[in-house]
Amino acid sequence: MLAYLLRRLVYVVPVALGVSLICFMLVHIAPGDPLVAVMPLDATAEQEAEMRAAYGFDKPLPVQFGLWVAKAATGDLGRSIATGRPVAGEVMTAVGNTLVLAAAASLIGFPLGLLFGFVAGYFRDTGVDRAVTALAITGVSVPNYWLGMVLVIVFSVTLGWLPAMGAGPGGSRDWGWDAEHLRYLVLPAVTLAVVPMGIVARTVRALVGDILSQEFVQALYAKGLMHGGVLRHVVRNAAPTALAVMGLQLGYLLGGSILIETVFNWPGTGFLLSNAIFQRDLPLLQGTILVLALFFVAVNLLVDLAQTVIDPRIKRT
Amino acid sequence: MGIGRLRTAFAAAVLAGTALAAPALAAGTLRIGMTASDIPLTTGQTDNGGEGMRFIGYTLYDALINWDLTSADKPSGLIPGLATEWKVDEADKTKWTFKIREGVKFHDGSAFTAEAAVWNLDKLLDDKSPQYDPRQAAQGKSRIPAVASYKALDKYTLEIVTKEPDATLPYQLAWILMSSPANWEALGKSWEAVAKKPSGTGPWMLADFVPRERADLVPFKDHWDQTRVPRLDKMVLVPLPEPNARSAALLSGQVDWIEAPAPDVIPALTGAGHQIVSNALPHNWTWHLSRLEGSPWNDIRIRKAANLAIDREGMKELLGGLMLPAKGFFTPGSQWFGEPTFAVKYDPEAAKALLAEAGYGPDKRLKVKALISPSGSGQMLPLPMNEFIQQNLAEVGIDVEFEVVEWNTMINIWRAGAGHESAKGTKSINFSYFIQDPFTGLIRHLACDLKPPNGTNWGHYCDPEMDALFKEIRTTFDAAAQDEVMRRTHEKFVDEALFLMVTHDVAPRAMSTKVKGFVQAQNWYQNFGSITMD
Repeated sequence: MLAYLLRRLVYVVPVALGVSLICFMLVHIAPGDPLVAVMPLDATAEQEAEMRAAYGFDKPLPVQFGLWVAKAATGDLGRSIATGRPVAGEVMTAVGNTLVLAAAASLIGFPLGLLFGFVAGYFRDTGVDRAVTALAITGVSVPNYWLGMVLVIVFSVTLGWLPAMGAGPGGSRDWGWDAEHLRYLVLPAVTLAVVPMGIVARTVRALVGDILSQEFVQALYAKGLMHGGVLRHVVRNAAPTALAVMGLQLGYLLGGSILIETVFNWPGTGFLLSNAIFQRDLPLLQGTILVLALFFVAVNLLVDLAQTVIDPRIKRT
Repeated sequence: MGIGRLRTAFAAAVLAGTALAAPALAAGTLRIGMTASDIPLTTGQTDNGGEGMRFIGYTLYDALINWDLTSADKPSGLIPGLATEWKVDEADKTKWTFKIREGVKFHDGSAFTAEAAVWNLDKLLDDKSPQYDPRQAAQGKSRIPAVASYKALDKYTLEIVTKEPDATLPYQLAWILMSSPANWEALGKSWEAVAKKPSGTGPWMLADFVPRERADLVPFKDHWDQTRVPRLDKMVLVPLPEPNARSAALLSGQVDWIEAPAPDVIPALTGAGHQIVSNALPHNWTWHLSRLEGSPWNDIRIRKAANLAIDREGMKELLGGLMLPAKGFFTPGSQWFGEPTFAVKYDPEAAKALLAEAGYGPDKRLKVKALISPSGSGQMLPLPMNEFIQQNLAEVGIDVEFEVVEWNTMINIWRAGAGHESAKGTKSINFSYFIQDPFTGLIRHLACDLKPPNGTNWGHYCDPEMDALFKEIRTTFDAAAQDEVMRRTHEKFVDEALFLMVTHDVAPRAMSTKVKGFVQAQNWYQNFGSITMD
C-alpha cells in the first residue's frame, strides 16, 4: 500500500509537467498578447519591446517554459502580469473560495443524488423512477449558468430574498459560516450542485437496479433477510462505484466553474481563470491550472484509497 | 439559448417582479459596479483604461493639471491641479515652468512639493531611480513623450524641458498622477505595500481593499480644493465584469450604480425605477481607413459616399438611443469641432452619385474588406453595428466582407498597421478611440512619423498639409489660439472624410433614484464629490 502511494505521488510529477506544457502551448497558440493588459493601446513599439524584455517574453518559448518550470519547482509561480501580485497568493485565495462553494455544492448535490438514485433504482420502472429520472436528466441537461440567471431573477431580483452576487457583504476575505454569509452561498451552491446531483442519481440508479437483479440478492431474501438488510448489502456493493463518481465530480467542483462563478461574481478559481484568459495573463493562467491539476490528482488518489477501505476486494499494490 | 434571449428573459422577469429593499446601509454610502474585472492599480498611474483613471486615478490622486469635471453642458477643459500656473519660456519654447500649489498635503500628511513632482516623474521615466515602478511606467511613460528632462528650481517651482517645442505638454501632464514619496519610504520602498495603502492628494482615500472584490474609498477632508471634498461617507467600488451580473446587482439592491448597462436590459432597469444617465463622451467609434496604394479609400468620392450611406439615426434606434450620431470626428459639441463644409449625414442618393462618379455602380460594385471584433473595450456592440453598416453600404453599392478577429488580436493588428501581413489585406478597421486631447484626438491617427511601427497611424496616411497643422498645434502655446488650430485641423478631417465617422458613445450608467447630485461631465473621468444618497 505504501509503495502504491509513493508510486502515485511520483506520477504527479509527469502529470504536472504535462499539464503545464499543454497549458503553456495552448496559451501561446491562442491569439492575443499579454502586454495588452499592462500597456496603453498606443504605446510605441520601442516601449512595447522594453516591456516584452522586462517580462521575459522576448526569450524563445522553450527557454520561457524552462524558466517557469524551474521556478514553479521551488513553489514560486511568478507574478500576475495584470496585477503584479504573486500568483501563488492569488491562486490560493481563489482556491479557498472555490473550496467553500464546492463543499456547499457537494453537501447539497451528493446526498440528494444518492437519495434520488437509490429511490429510482429500488422502485425501477415505476412512476417514482420516471419522476426521479426526469429530474436527474433535467439536472444534467439544463445549462447551469442559465439556471443561475433564472434563480437570480426569481430569488434576488423579484423576491429579494438572497443576494445576486459576491462572497459576503465585506468580500471573501471576511468569510464566516454565519447566516449573513451563507445567504451569499445559497444560489451559487444550488446552481453548482445540479449537475453532480443528476450524474450521481443516474449512476446510482443504474447501479442499484443492476445489483438488485443479481442472484445474491435473491439468495439474501431466501435466507430470510428483510428489505432493510438486503438494502444494506446493495448499498455496500454500490458504494465503491458511487464513491468514484462522486470523487470525479468533486474534482470538477474544485476546479471551479467559470460560468457559475462569473454569473454570481464568486471570486474562485473559475473567476480567476476567466480573468486570466481574457487578459492573457500567462503566469496566472499557468499557475492556476497547475494547482487545479494537482488538486484533481490528489482527489482521485484519495478516492482510490477510500475505495480500498470500503471494498476489501479492491487492492492497491 | 443565446445571450440576447437570456437578456430578454431577464428583462421580462424583472419587469414582472418587484425588487425588494436591500439591507439598510449607513447614509451616504454609494456602491458602484464597475465593468473592470479587478480593482484598478492603486499606486498612482492606474491600469484598466478610462475606468481605472475614473475610479482610482482622479479619486485618490491629482495631476499637476486636472480636467474640469464640474459641468455636464460644456466640453471639459484643463484647469489648474497641483500646479497653479504654468508657462513656456518666451526665448526657449522647450522650457516650461510650473508653479506648484502651496499647502497641499498627501493623505499621509506629507507635503506635495516640486521635489515630489520630480520624484514622481522619475518613478515613470528613470529606470535607475529607486522608486522606478515598471507597472506604473507601463501606464504612464507613453503619455508624456514630450518630456526630456525636469528639475525642481525651488520648493514650489518645477521646470520641465521638452524634446522639441510642444504645446500639448499640459494635456500630457493631465495623465500623470502624483503619489506620496513619504508613504513609499514609510512602507519599506515597496510598491506592492503601497498598493494596499496608497497615498495621493486626491479627494478620496483608500480605506480598504480586497483584490478582485471591492475597494472602499472615504473622503479626504483636508483636500486642497474644498469644493471637491466628497459629501458621501463612503464609496464602494465592486468589479462586476459580466453585464448581466451587473444588472442583477443593481436590481437586487446590492449596488446603487452600474457602469455601461447593456442596451437591451435598459427597459428592465428603467421599468424597475432606476435612472439612466448619459452624456456626450470624447469617444469615437469609427472605421479607420487604409491609405496604402491600392486602397479604394484613397478616392475622396468613395470616402464621402460611404459617410453619406450610413443611417446613423437608424443605428441609434438599434442601440436603444444610447449613441450620439457622428457629424465629424469630434463630438458635435466639442470645442474643437469647427465648421466643416462636408455634412456628415444620411443621403444614399448622393452616395450613389459619388460612387458613380468614381466609376462604380450596379454593374460594378465596390468590394472592401474590413476588420471587426466581436467585442472590446469602447467597441460598444460591434457585431450588430457593423452588420448595420454592411447593410447600409450594400444599399449604395459597396459590398463589405468582414474579417472578424478577437479583440486582443485586433489591438495587435491595429498597432501593426494596414500594411502588415496580420491585417490580411483589409482596407479598413473598426476601432474606437479616446479623443480627449490633441494627441489622442487627432495627431496619433494621421501623423506621417507615426506610421506603424512608430505609432498608431494605422492607415499609413501622410499629407504634408496635415503634418503642418499638427506642427502648428504643437507650437501654438496660447490655449485659445491652439483651440483655433485644432478646429481647422478637425475641419480637414471631416471635409476630406478621412474616416468613416459613425458614432460617439454616451457613457450610459444606470443608478438608483437614491443617487443625487451627480453631474456627468463630457469626459472619461468624473467627479463623485457632489453626490449624496437619499
